Amino acid sequence: MTEDASGPAPKLLCRNVWKVFGPKGAGVLADLGMDATAAQFEARGYVAAVRAVDLAVAEGEIFVIMGLSGSGKSTLVRCLSRLIEPTSGEIWFHGQNLLTASEAEMMQLRRHKMGMVFQHFALLPHMSVLQNVAFPLEVQGVGRAAREDTARKMIALVGLAGREDALPRQLSGGQQQRVGIARSLAADPELWFLDEPFSALDPLIRREMQDEFLRLQAVLKKTIVFITHDFDEAIRLADKIAIMKDGAVVQQGTPEEIVLHPATEYVAEFTKAVARAKVVRVASVMKPLEGAAPAISIAASAKIADAAPLFLQEQALRVVGANGATVGVLQRDDVVALMLGG
Amino acid sequence: MRFAAIWLAVLGLFWGFSALAKPLLPWAFDWPKAMVLPAARWISAFTKWLLNEASFGLFTFQELTRGVSAVIEVPYRAATGVLSEGAFGLPPLSWLAVVVLVALLGHRAGGLRLALLSGLCFLFIAVFGQWTSAMVTLASILIAVPIGVAGGMSLGLAAYRWPGFARAITPVLDLMQTIPVFAYLVPVLILFGFGPVAAIIATVIYAMPPMTRITQLALQRVPGELRDLGNMVGCSRRQMTWRVMVPSAKAGLMVGVNQVIMLSLNMVIIASMIGAGGLGFDVLAALRRLDFGAGLEAGFAIVALAIALDRISQALAYERVVRHGYLWGALGTLGIAGLLAVLMPGVQSYPESWQLSTGTFWGQVVAWININYFDTLEAVKNALLINVLIPVKRFLIALPWAGVALFLGFVGWRLRDWRLGALVAGLTVLIAATGLWDKAMTTVYLCGISVVIAMLIGLPIGVMAAERASLWRWVRLAIDTLQTLPSFVYLMPAVMLFRVGDFTAMIAVVAYAVAPAIRYTALGLQGVDARLIEAGRAMGCTNWQILTRIKLRLALPEIMLGLNQTIMFALSMLVITALVGTRDLGQEVYIALTKADSGRGLVGGLAVAFIAIIADRLIGAAAARARARLGIAGDSHGG
Repeated sequence: MTEDASGPAPKLLCRNVWKVFGPKGAGVLADLGMDATAAQFEARGYVAAVRAVDLAVAEGEIFVIMGLSGSGKSTLVRCLSRLIEPTSGEIWFHGQNLLTASEAEMMQLRRHKMGMVFQHFALLPHMSVLQNVAFPLEVQGVGRAAREDTARKMIALVGLAGREDALPRQLSGGQQQRVGIARSLAADPELWFLDEPFSALDPLIRREMQDEFLRLQAVLKKTIVFITHDFDEAIRLADKIAIMKDGAVVQQGTPEEIVLHPATEYVAEFTKAVARAKVVRVASVMKPLEGAAPAISIAASAKIADAAPLFLQEQALRVVGANGATVGVLQRDDVVALMLGG
Repeated sequence: MRFAAIWLAVLGLFWGFSALAKPLLPWAFDWPKAMVLPAARWISAFTKWLLNEASFGLFTFQELTRGVSAVIEVPYRAATGVLSEGAFGLPPLSWLAVVVLVALLGHRAGGLRLALLSGLCFLFIAVFGQWTSAMVTLASILIAVPIGVAGGMSLGLAAYRWPGFARAITPVLDLMQTIPVFAYLVPVLILFGFGPVAAIIATVIYAMPPMTRITQLALQRVPGELRDLGNMVGCSRRQMTWRVMVPSAKAGLMVGVNQVIMLSLNMVIIASMIGAGGLGFDVLAALRRLDFGAGLEAGFAIVALAIALDRISQALAYERVVRHGYLWGALGTLGIAGLLAVLMPGVQSYPESWQLSTGTFWGQVVAWININYFDTLEAVKNALLINVLIPVKRFLIALPWAGVALFLGFVGWRLRDWRLGALVAGLTVLIAATGLWDKAMTTVYLCGISVVIAMLIGLPIGVMAAERASLWRWVRLAIDTLQTLPSFVYLMPAVMLFRVGDFTAMIAVVAYAVAPAIRYTALGLQGVDARLIEAGRAMGCTNWQILTRIKLRLALPEIMLGLNQTIMFALSMLVITALVGTRDLGQEVYIALTKADSGRGLVGGLAVAFIAIIADRLIGAAAARARARLGIAGDSHGG
């Protein structure tokens, strides 16, 4: 494994991953080579759902893969857990290339290290909430008392205590997805896959679930791969975003990088409507301190939107780093320019 | 225009060939005797070999069949012991106990309403004096259904797991569902002898293919996410099948169980010909005596049994929160009813003085019609025979097999592709090659006319019922009953009014086959997108315009499926009408059954199956084209 220059080794590393659907996908990929476009595959009756994807997901990070329907994001996340067999590439997790792992090794990894939340919840209709949440442990052969104990804790964690004996169809969509989330956490996975978990919910519920999700992650600190087709959701939740189009990643970076410097026209289409003040951090707009420091201070990691109300009284703010030291100054004019320029 | 011209030219060619070619090409009209495939002889020889010589090394084939019989015999004896004969010196369950148990089961499955319905159905059986026979039939069903469900599900699971296996069994399933039941009664009779066990085996064979189909479908319809979930939590193969797939497919699988129950009830009647006993035997005996009343009462007992079992099994498909205590309720019922039975004989066996019978009434109704309207009936019958039936029959029998094969092949090619054309033409040639061409054409003629009449009756009723919800409720009750009544029952009034012959057969077939014609028409019309009807109304269409311009056009594919089902129903009934003396393939099979000639029976049966497959594939292709033209996606093919 190579060291990522910017920090510690990533938890999940994905190198040049391809998925070509069709009876002889690997042969066609070898024929066309790694530079082939989606259209070239199509011309031969094949679909290249994932093309040359490189990703690095750091420990404890929320990594969002964003793309419209048909962009290959769901296929990619299924490649990461080998629910779909990638055609070529490497996926490194715990010092092991998953694509060389045996079926039995994968089963153990999925049982103990991975959890997944599904778009349409995928609750087993014949089981109660408690049984559904305990199901991953039941599959592992955990005894009834122990697994139901864990399941109850998970159900309480997602705020459904008291509904243990309900059947899935007696719950609302939001509640069903809470059960799905509790179930995916029951085996205490390190790697948490969420495949469009909130797309099937109403907008208000979706918002509520996003907050709930952030609250959970603040406690759990899992390594997360989150799939969505909603750019606003990606901005709201992500530490890092990868944007997919036609099976390839067109840009990846922090929400701020993507909003401030969209790599292509396609990405710019999404960022246009985003309120920049909500994405851009103070540190990106501040200037070096010259002369006397202003009295009021703001954290360098805060969003511009949080700083804006303070300018009702002030002309400038002192920016402080994580250790409390002054690192720069935030000028009113720069903030206004950013907010109006959006 | 060009399209129509091609069809006209082909039709003209076909007609010309049929009318003029006889002197030139006699072999195209009558299959040369020397070239008839001796398929019947081969099959008979094979059966003989199986019975007398075939061996698996450790045991012979005959020992295998006897082993199978012995294995089924044990639970069957137990079930009849509990329900009808008693065992170890104990009496069988009293009628009161069974009624209450069934009501309890109904309550467990679907609440109070279902408890009342199922209890009343069984009470009905007791009141009309059919109890003992009904319990014998119920015992057969109780044994046949689990075997059929387990067998069908295993095959379905295997087919789901191994696509190669699925490809291998699909044509076999097709054939099994179209071959008339009489045809495999013969080999079952030869291999397993005469008696209730052989009847159960025939019933299982008949009821298993739909279960296999439905299992495959239900598993395929389990959402992909649930399969992903199973993999993500690390299910083993076995956990995946039994903890994820099968429970998730339960609603679909219960439809299959329901089908197995209904088909078993259907078959247990026909299997009375090889010794099933029970209600089936009563109906058959009534048919032989031409005692319409007795036959109808036994028939209604079967309907009551069918309604109770059907509704309970359907209700069980829904997951509901169930209270505990049913087991105690059942045990309590057994105890109390047992005690009561000892104290009061009227509880053990339903007293005769409380029984009702309408048997003589129905017989008298038929007799009264016969006395007062004999001349009218005769006139109608003769007019239809002379003006319609006989000319059509003559025309069809005169057709050259080669011309028919070419023409059907052309139709298949135009409707889908050359493969369908080749299949259809090939099957036609095969029918001719077995030397059964004339009998096959008689079958086509009787079936064709019956289907036309059934559609003429069914379409308007379906159209009317589709418009009015209240009418539809009654119509549906009527056609459900028509479909559950054992087919023998239809024969009786027809024979009593019109005596034996083609006309009688036609009446019975129409009465049986009209149900799907009505059902599919009504369902098709009700299924038309309400927004389109609204759009029509907004444009100012009259009701008649909405019906003819919008509804009927859009419901066409569904109505064609109804036509398809009507043909299948007609064919299955037609074979049974051999009992009233038709001279078609049904007679061929029936004679084979009475003579226990398995080769002759199977060849005749296969010929019927081929006709069914030809009709099914051509209409299916036409419906698919209609659907594609209307842009209606998906495949709503029933089964």
